[in-house]
Amino acid sequence: MKRIKGVEEDSNSSSSKSPPEVCKKVRKQTSDESVAVVASESTESDWARLPQELLLHIFQYLPLLDRAYASQVCRTWNQAFHMPELWRCFEFELNQPASSYLKATHPDLIKQIIKRHSNHLQYVSFKVDSSTESAEAACDILSQLVNCSLKTLGLISTARPSFMEVPKSHFISALTVVFVNSKSLSSLKIDDTPVDDPSLKVLVANNSDTLKLLKMSSCPHVSPAGILCVADQCHGLRELALNYHLLSDELLLALSSEKHVHLEHLRIDVVSENPGQHFHTIKKSSWDAMVRHSPKFNLVMYFFLYEDEFGPFFNEEVPVTHLYFGRSVSKEVLGRVGLHCPRLVELVVCANGLRPLDEELIRIAKHCTQLSAIGLGECEVSCSAFVEFVKMCGRRLSQLSIMEEVLIPDHKYSLDEIHWEVSKHLGRVWFPDMMPTW
Amino acid sequence: MAPNSIHWFRKGLRLHDNPALLQAVRGAGTVRCVYFLDPWFAGSSNVGVNRWRFLLQCLEDLDANLRKLNSRLFVIRGQPANVFPRLFKEWKISRLTFEYDSEPFGKERDAAIKKLAMEAGVEVNVKTSHTLYDLDKIIELNGGQPPLTYKRFQTLISRLDPPEMPVETLSDALMGGCVTPVSEDHGDKYGVPSLEELGFDTEGLPTAVWPGGETEALTRIERHLERKAWVANFERPRMNANSLLASPTGLSPYLRFGCLSCRLFYFKLTDLYRKVKKNSSPPLSLYGQLLWREFFYTTATNNPRFDKMEGNPICVRIPWDKNPEALAKWAEAKTGFPWIDAIMTQLRQEGWIHHLARHAVACFLTRGDLWISWEEGMKVFEELLLDADWSVNAGSWMWLSCSSFFQQFFHCYCPVGFGRRTDPNGDFIRRYLPVLRGFPAKYIYDPWNAPESVQAAAKCVIGVHYPKPMVHHAEASRLNIERMKQIYQQLSRYRGLGLLASVPSSNGNGTGGMMAYSPGEQPPGTNNNNNNSHCKNDVLLTIPFLFHPGLLLHGRGGITGKRERESERDGSGEKEPTACSRHKMQRQNAQVRLRLSGTPYGSYLAPGAAQRNARRKCLSVSQLSTENVLLHIIIIIIIIVIIYIISLWNYRHKYR
Repeated sequence: MKRIKGVEEDSNSSSSKSPPEVCKKVRKQTSDESVAVVASESTESDWARLPQELLLHIFQYLPLLDRAYASQVCRTWNQAFHMPELWRCFEFELNQPASSYLKATHPDLIKQIIKRHSNHLQYVSFKVDSSTESAEAACDILSQLVNCSLKTLGLISTARPSFMEVPKSHFISALTVVFVNSKSLSSLKIDDTPVDDPSLKVLVANNSDTLKLLKMSSCPHVSPAGILCVADQCHGLRELALNYHLLSDELLLALSSEKHVHLEHLRIDVVSENPGQHFHTIKKSSWDAMVRHSPKFNLVMYFFLYEDEFGPFFNEEVPVTHLYFGRSVSKEVLGRVGLHCPRLVELVVCANGLRPLDEELIRIAKHCTQLSAIGLGECEVSCSAFVEFVKMCGRRLSQLSIMEEVLIPDHKYSLDEIHWEVSKHLGRVWFPDMMPTW
Repeated sequence: MAPNSIHWFRKGLRLHDNPALLQAVRGAGTVRCVYFLDPWFAGSSNVGVNRWRFLLQCLEDLDANLRKLNSRLFVIRGQPANVFPRLFKEWKISRLTFEYDSEPFGKERDAAIKKLAMEAGVEVNVKTSHTLYDLDKIIELNGGQPPLTYKRFQTLISRLDPPEMPVETLSDALMGGCVTPVSEDHGDKYGVPSLEELGFDTEGLPTAVWPGGETEALTRIERHLERKAWVANFERPRMNANSLLASPTGLSPYLRFGCLSCRLFYFKLTDLYRKVKKNSSPPLSLYGQLLWREFFYTTATNNPRFDKMEGNPICVRIPWDKNPEALAKWAEAKTGFPWIDAIMTQLRQEGWIHHLARHAVACFLTRGDLWISWEEGMKVFEELLLDADWSVNAGSWMWLSCSSFFQQFFHCYCPVGFGRRTDPNGDFIRRYLPVLRGFPAKYIYDPWNAPESVQAAAKCVIGVHYPKPMVHHAEASRLNIERMKQIYQQLSRYRGLGLLASVPSSNGNGTGGMMAYSPGEQPPGTNNNNNNSHCKNDVLLTIPFLFHPGLLLHGRGGITGKRERESERDGSGEKEPTACSRHKMQRQNAQVRLRLSGTPYGSYLAPGAAQRNARRKCLSVSQLSTENVLLHIIIIIIIIVIIYIISLWNYRHKYR
């Protein structure tokens, strides 16, 4: 129980550790008996002689600030502070006081890292607020990462996507520095950035054997040909996220070619730029090829469309597993979902018209036998249809999030009764979601 | 000698159901009812003219009603702490009464005044009448922690005795021999000031849609009940275009200022329900409006940072954008979304908007579109909204921005579709945004999509006479839902693909893989550089120990839903020893601390999964923060030992 207290203090006090606490941590995190001996018999004088590996192990569990304090204790500890193992992961937080409530990584620390530890970095992410300066600062750091070999790189916009504001050439040259120098990049998250086809080519040329994850939703400068090139060459790609305009039959066929590993996740965002936009269709045969090649892959689709733009969707079977309708979606489309999405696991409908979704839900319950999660926002369903739906799905509904207003009382059930009825079929207590009426 | 009393009005601006006021006159020789004008808001600058007018009208009404009892209201300019000692002396006061204020700022102020009074030999009487229940009792029943879900709150309420009956209205009979000495120059010294005296420009100020005062409140409650009786339907009224407008039966500002007693409202509703429904006992949902208010008072009463994100233990830290221009557009009804702008105009003009309208504008400002901090929105409401109470206002904003109270964040209100569904014709918009009057219903919610000819015919060109939409809603929702998901996945440590399961309250069993760049737990050696910036608590997101205690204590397979867990406990709490202890654990004020700024990383890549698990365990253990750590640990160890013994015993039994 004492060791927990140690951990507690670790997170509460930012002051330097007293040795006994650190020692308890050692005992906790290793099963090495000798350590236990050291721990129980140690007196303060032994601390300088703690083997480097142990010190490293301890340091790995300390936040940076605590490590920095600890490094001032003695020379050995100071050396430990700079051990490469401690600098593999780093998250750069780039915020401006004018645009963010959160603190930024101190510039001196950034300098230090680039100078002394850039060759140790492997898992790097940049969290950037909505200001262009922050995004530019991130690009500057990126372009200095010449002698490192990153495995993971994430560029994350925490508010408005600011990488889009950076001059494209600046962004691209920074990114290609990483692509060219890091030969074993395996995970890349570059959503909402101005990445383009030529830079993806550089990525492919240098990292095709290692790339496993690529997230690039809303990258307007990438063309279907650009992503196809990635799919053609990077046979180890398992997770991919992109916008619908980059999705093509060729892409799906490339991902399901024999030399390609099984795809695990495919995330597609379908966003309309302006009302009435026309969307292309994907052939059923391409989806079939995909399912044949990767029978267990998850297809996650997020729709942000106007109601009248759904024409090309769900007319034939789609292997979608997770569906999210971010805007109003018509009864008709949901009816098609019920018919053509046999692999559906999760369905979230943010809004629908004023007509109850009764038949649609029943149909979904009937045909989507994998469905285990459903969320309904601004929709309407009669209480009896809802109960019927729950009855059909039964206990496999592990997530059932329904706004209270969605349920329309009818002759069979009032609002007070419905939660009993639904709970009965779910085998657990359930209530609709509520919003404050104040 | 009969005591001389002061009754100090703050909220509770009424003579009916005012137990502290009755206490003041009981057996007293003199009574003076005082109201201090300046501490009410501390910084009066952020309170709008509508709220000031409402307050002044309440005071006028109070004064008028006191006159009927040959008494008066004493409006005192100054700070209570500065003025009370003088009043005690000048008026030879021996008794001070006031209504209990549950808010942290109020409690602090009252404690100081109590001390002053005691020093001056003045007896202090405090009575609870602004809330239905004694909030501390609710918290006590919940093991010392405020309930953090409304469901939980309802469960606790249902175990309490019903609220106390309202007390009698102050009358001549109750005044008895107690008098109020009123001087000739009372009006000059203690009169209710006018808006002009307070420095407001009242020229062109339209008459109040919501007139303040107890008299008005009592008329309204009768009307409110009549309408309910007429409809004979006690379920939540369905939303329509009419519900958006200020209703002569609306009560919320009156409850806020205490012109109407919540207990009076409560019992009148009960009586009516019994009458109409032939004595069946009323469901909790009948009191919905009152209970939500009560819920937020309860969650806020011990949390002085309830209205802040930083340092507020129940608030999720979300990297909101700072964007004063966008905020100003929202506050000044210039977003270019007619639905949002009409609501904000109504708010500014009249001081009240429907609760669904509140949801719409709050969602738009925060997680829906603009990604601006809820604190900013709360401040605007504080200025403009008549019924904005510190606790209720902050609580609602945290709720609506999904910063606390664990609800699903996919419920985003569309700034176009939501309004259209509610008021398909757009009359609400035409009423508050006359510039758009000429648009046909088809385009009134998204006039920027109207062909030029339609805009010309409507005599309103978008971008000239009315602004273009300030955000691309589809794009903003896409970005925001992704951000919320990331934040909540970190909270729940859920790494599956589901959206619903990312909210910690839900039962989610990670489906194994993740797409996600879901920044889950931190791999060892992560440089959490927020730490070196300033205070460490910054990076610690503290959320209550409400969810998955099962996970922490027993390492059970799935994370069971919080709601489920709660009710499970309610129904059959004593099923198994672990259930009890879990309950106990939860009751203690342990808090889960998660690192928000944890370094993400992809499924394949984080180094040393085993180490990470160790780290995770270490984190879960470190989550029992507070002073009772030792106690917790002892309990855990005892449980583990018991479980171990039981399982050992079972095992032997089986294979014997």
